[in-house]
Amino acid sequence: MNKSAGITLAQKAFLEQETVRRRKVKILRVMFLVLLLALWELSARMGWINDFIFSSPARVVSCFWEMAGDGSIFVHTGITVLETLASFGLVVVIGLIFALILWASKSVSEVLEPYLVMLNSLPKSALAPILIVWLGNNVKTIVVAAVSVAVFGCIMTLHNGFAQTDPDKIRLIYSLGGQKKDVLRKVLLPGTVPLLISNMKVNVGLCLVGVIIGEFLAANQGLGYLIIYGSQVFKMDLVVMSIVILCVVSAVLYQGITFLEKRIQKI
Amino acid sequence: MTPKLDVRGVSCSYHTMEGETQALSNISFTVDNGEFLAVVGPSGCGKSTLLSLLCGLIRQDEGDILIDGERREGVGAGIGIGYMLQRDHLLEWRSILSNAGLGLEIQNKLDEQAKERLKKMLEDYGLKDFENARPSQLSGGMRQRAALVRTLALNPEILLLDEPFSALDYQTRLFVCDDISSIIKKAGKTAILVTHDLSEAISTADRVLVLTKRPGRIKAVLPISFGERWMRPLERRNAPEFSSYFNQVWKELQSNE
Repeated sequence: MNKSAGITLAQKAFLEQETVRRRKVKILRVMFLVLLLALWELSARMGWINDFIFSSPARVVSCFWEMAGDGSIFVHTGITVLETLASFGLVVVIGLIFALILWASKSVSEVLEPYLVMLNSLPKSALAPILIVWLGNNVKTIVVAAVSVAVFGCIMTLHNGFAQTDPDKIRLIYSLGGQKKDVLRKVLLPGTVPLLISNMKVNVGLCLVGVIIGEFLAANQGLGYLIIYGSQVFKMDLVVMSIVILCVVSAVLYQGITFLEKRIQKI
Repeated sequence: MTPKLDVRGVSCSYHTMEGETQALSNISFTVDNGEFLAVVGPSGCGKSTLLSLLCGLIRQDEGDILIDGERREGVGAGIGIGYMLQRDHLLEWRSILSNAGLGLEIQNKLDEQAKERLKKMLEDYGLKDFENARPSQLSGGMRQRAALVRTLALNPEILLLDEPFSALDYQTRLFVCDDISSIIKKAGKTAILVTHDLSEAISTADRVLVLTKRPGRIKAVLPISFGERWMRPLERRNAPEFSSYFNQVWKELQSNE
């Protein structure tokens, strides 16, 4: 890379052009949202759509203010976030442990493989009613539902990652007088960190899906509950507001892991 | 005098569901203390298998491998063997110092004293300024040096080199080969180099062992001597005897059928 002193005219022109283009993208991104919201609000005000059914940005905001006033929305959001984080933590721990067991024994992994594939492709929402009967109408059901959505894929992805470890790196550890535990500690686990993180990005989203499914069926608190309750009593403002908050929550969770990723890369 | 390494009638086969593949058949040779032996042969002749056997990573079906006249139980560093693989395999998430200390760490020998010795070695091999660098910041040749330090830090009696320069581009390869083999000779280590590059074998070794096609048998053992015993590999390549040795080894390989 040249320092600014050595920049040619053509390079300068290119840089300017690219900066302008990027700025345009940013502006258009915001404009897109503003336009959409404006159109929605306008349609509701002009009576083109029925705002009782379709709600409107203003109604959503006022609904939010109302619930922020008595603090209830924070309780609901907090519960959903906590349930998601709890199930996410469980998925990572369980996924890692099982992936290690599968890695440690070729026979065990071959015995379990078809079951894992089947469980992974099973629509987990089908399990929810059973979970309610088994575990009751409570947080346990929600967390287990969320774990079940993500955990099988997590195990399989991590196990695949472990299995793809460069065999020569394993030979290296053995040739240095190491054993299987050294392979695990020196090569396998540190080498899988990037995979683990990218897997976490997927899992945190899946856990949120699981938590919402669980809350649809077995909760009296949380954003999933608000959505179901709102649609049953025809409070569409409540439903739309909950969905908007969900969007924000999922973006924040994803960004949290991206932040973690950057921190780890710096070490 | 007992040779450093004594290989007696070793055979080895691989087993898969498709069948059995004999990789080595009745291999016998000895290596003296401080000697540099090169092993050449057509690809797939079991050169790497031989090193895995010597390192203890796999077991022979028949025969004995003796170090200082004794059969040693264990693997790699545990039996005084240092193994350099085809690529350096420095771990990207560790600094050069920590990579070089990997073996000591695994052996639970990385105390303050060992750390000082390790730093001294890195300094001797021109890596002092890169102690805290990541492997990706080093050139291919320097990475190979760091890998050598990692191997030598465990003070092995015998060094096994599995085409350790094959991943480098040609120019770097000549220099690194010269560099590494000089270090090994200066340290007085017994070394076995496996390679398919004949000039590399002739320019580094005291003796060249030629293997046949699979299953690998010993075809010939050619002593190499360039008057002055310590001539560096790059100098050897210019010596008048070089091409006649090359032709000898080449002929042995050709009459392989």
